[in-house]
Amino acid sequence: MDAVIASLPEYWDGFLRTLYLSVISGIIALIVGTLLAAMRVSPVAALRGFSMFYVEVARNTPLTIIFFFAAIVLPRLGVKFEQFEVAAIIALSSYTAAFIAEAVRSGVNSVPVGQAEAARSVGMTFTQVLGFIVLPQAVRTVVPPLINILIALVKNSSVAGAFFVLELFGYGRQLSNDYGNQVLWILLGVAFFYLLITVPLGLLAHFVERKVAIAR
Amino acid sequence: MTSVLYDVPGPKARLYSLIGSAAGVLIILGILAIAVITLAQQGIFDADRWEIFYGPMAPDVWNLIGQGIVSTLTAAAVAAVIAFPLGIALCLLRISLIPWIRIPTQVVLEFLRGMPVVLMMLFVLLVFATGQFQAVVVGLVLYNAAIFAEILRAGIQSLPKGQREAGLAIGLRSFQSRMSIEFPQAVRRMLPSLVAQLVVLLKDTSLGYIVGYEELLRKIQIMADFLGPDFLFPAFFVGAAIYILINLTVSRIAIMIERRGSKKAAGGMAPPSVRTGLVAGGNDPIAKDSVEGPNKA
Repeated sequence: MDAVIASLPEYWDGFLRTLYLSVISGIIALIVGTLLAAMRVSPVAALRGFSMFYVEVARNTPLTIIFFFAAIVLPRLGVKFEQFEVAAIIALSSYTAAFIAEAVRSGVNSVPVGQAEAARSVGMTFTQVLGFIVLPQAVRTVVPPLINILIALVKNSSVAGAFFVLELFGYGRQLSNDYGNQVLWILLGVAFFYLLITVPLGLLAHFVERKVAIAR
Repeated sequence: MTSVLYDVPGPKARLYSLIGSAAGVLIILGILAIAVITLAQQGIFDADRWEIFYGPMAPDVWNLIGQGIVSTLTAAAVAAVIAFPLGIALCLLRISLIPWIRIPTQVVLEFLRGMPVVLMMLFVLLVFATGQFQAVVVGLVLYNAAIFAEILRAGIQSLPKGQREAGLAIGLRSFQSRMSIEFPQAVRRMLPSLVAQLVVLLKDTSLGYIVGYEELLRKIQIMADFLGPDFLFPAFFVGAAIYILINLTVSRIAIMIERRGSKKAAGGMAPPSVRTGLVAGGNDPIAKDSVEGPNKA
């Protein structure tokens, strides 16, 4: 127990870095994912094909492989990062974007056909239909799964700990080396900090789900 | 293709779309070309870099890769076989009528689902001082059993109330009704989600790399370390391709099962609203193909 208290500063540092990784990658993934989803439903075949290919490949690639590529293979190919955080953010956001794209797309598909037809019949263009009519309604269906994706993102950020980033999991590994006899408490401490992020997010997802639930 | 979002394109729009497609293809090709040129400058495409896969070293290299694949698949298979019954047991406890069984189970499930899988693997490895294989399997089992339990619970709750009432009315005990009436239907209804979770499980075996289990990725790295940095990219490329191919195959099978199942399942498949977002903490929060909305164009 005292090992945990003694290493509270490390925990705090790791906690903040986990949050940092999750927030930055989350924002990038949301933007890229929405773009991918827009490409997926667009009238231009090449964009549709590209988006479909990207989502399919990214969703079927283990995150560890993407991390391995970003943190170990890329530097070998001459792409140098100042910090390994950058590699972690690239890996996390490119992986998560695929899931977000799928969630947004399914949300778009859940909007009744009549909505878009009505919008088209008053003369709106594709971008207008998407931006003013469909996406605002799709958001309601999309938000709960999106929160779940973000929870998964927080947990996935732990993989960064194995690729030279000292976030919660990274510190957990380091501290369990330093305090070999108190591994149990050290790792339970790490678990506690993860739950500190994931459990409130889970409750939020549950709450939002009930709040925005609409009968169609 | 028609869509909700735009009318069937006329000749003008088709022309624009064609131009757009051409531009899109050009941009994508351009990015690819830049990547290929960068790689070529590193000498990636020199034949001697790839010699390991067909030269004199090839048998050893493929042997190593084969071992990696076997370890990956073994861990996934063992974990899946243990996790499923455990998931059923957890689900039974979770929907138990007795509060002091139900509530602690709920807490445990939330705990397991809110935790990174790799942390559980490390925990097992260090605290129980097991081997890497056991650590990987136990980590995967704990996490996926919790997810299976949640999927099955959602499946049971999506059944019409009358199913259970009828079971109880013909004199089955609560447990008997659960096992012989509700579970078979729940499993069928949730089959797509369950198989999608199996894909996640397979993907997560790669986390074994982090705790030192010698699965495919670790073997690749060992190989690259042994052969020298020049071979890192070719080795990685082949390894990643194998991983993605295996996963894509399993995903395809999942989709096939869903197509077959939706014709056969008793009450039909659960509606997407029951299934999406189910795998709350999962790496794959959206089950394959279950994401299609009811108004799919």
